[in-house]
Amino acid sequence: MTADLPAPERMLTGRTVYRVVWKLNTDVLVGYCWCGAPHESEDPIELWEWLLAHPDQHDDASGEGGSDAPAPSDQRELVSR
Amino acid sequence: MPSWPLNQWYVAAYSREITDGLLGRTICGEPLVFYRTSDGEVVALADRCVHRRYPLSLSHLKDDQIICGYHGFTYDRTGGCVAAPGQKRIPRTARVPAFEVREVDSLVWVWIGEQDRVDDALLPRAPWLDSPDYTTVRGMEPLQARYGLLVDNLMDLSHETYLHGGYIGTPEVAETPITTEVDEDARVVYVSRHMADAACPPFYARSTGIEGRITRWQDIEYHPPCLYLLHSRIAPVGVEPPADGPDDRAFHVEVVYAITPETEHSTHDFWMVARDFALEDQEVSDFLAENNRTVVLQDVVALDVLEQVVEGEKENYQELSINIDTGGLAARRLLAAMVKDGEEQPAPVTAR
Repeated sequence: MTADLPAPERMLTGRTVYRVVWKLNTDVLVGYCWCGAPHESEDPIELWEWLLAHPDQHDDASGEGGSDAPAPSDQRELVSR
Repeated sequence: MPSWPLNQWYVAAYSREITDGLLGRTICGEPLVFYRTSDGEVVALADRCVHRRYPLSLSHLKDDQIICGYHGFTYDRTGGCVAAPGQKRIPRTARVPAFEVREVDSLVWVWIGEQDRVDDALLPRAPWLDSPDYTTVRGMEPLQARYGLLVDNLMDLSHETYLHGGYIGTPEVAETPITTEVDEDARVVYVSRHMADAACPPFYARSTGIEGRITRWQDIEYHPPCLYLLHSRIAPVGVEPPADGPDDRAFHVEVVYAITPETEHSTHDFWMVARDFALEDQEVSDFLAENNRTVVLQDVVALDVLEQVVEGEKENYQELSINIDTGGLAARRLLAAMVKDGEEQPAPVTAR
């Protein structure tokens, strides 16, 4: 198995990039909204539903995209190849 | 409403397919006729004479005009009728729709939808296809399956291990986790699978000459609805791209698909393989062309069967999605959003 590989470098550079990676050595997917908020799931459909619903909460300070989330620029500024 | 997005560019043909003759091809349910004028411009018109519906692609081309092979109605490059048989008066409605085309990167694109909404900014690019730094082999296979099945197929390369074993599939492909990114604004899906220590499939061993295990990267860039790019990097194990300077110890293969719906149940499967090594080696070109066509036909056989299964089961079938489907699910969702956008617009220009 090659699950110990580091995650591939980020590719897309837009301002509203959703990103889903596999948690190493597990079947868990970790999704990141473009605001930086993460969510874990073993079901890609459930994960996409969460990600796509998440921007609705961006104006809600108590939501997951609020102060507990990493600063957006830390998560969404992607490195080009 | 159609299952494909309207007001989008679709690949209609390779540049070399359109010469001084008439090429008939249905794109997104639109029967079209293509030809190249004496000044090199590509023309696309609805492939039906306005008089009795005879296909213009089965007619005659003379002086950059199509003369209908049935009664002689004659059309210029704008679709306007310039001659009708036996009379001087040309009916006011004697016109066939003309479609906007663009020729770029050795591909001929046609705009399907409202012709006054054409948007060059939506034209995706594949510049290596006609770059002197690459050599490209290509083909096109008719697929008797809906285009969405080909999108599913190409977004999940795990199937290489099973459907294409002995050609491009090795165990590591299905075993290596992927990373998926979606840019909502730009409407692009990126699926990345980097294998650090993998078997070298014959497809690459024979073409690159690498012996032993490889670092194999697969980076998919899908620009829905039509253009699919697979950036493939092959290098001996441990050879990483340098921090600066050219990645010249690796071999790069750009696999390109144009996924063009023909009808609701058939697809034009354009495939291209561009490489940045052995540029003048005809033996390598022949090998890659033959082997890639074999791989494409393996997909065609499988998807033709799948179309029958899906069609037979209509709305009742159940499917299961797992982690490898993350990118494919993202592509489906973007396509659905684009189809919905198209539905909100007035009806497209169609032949009357």
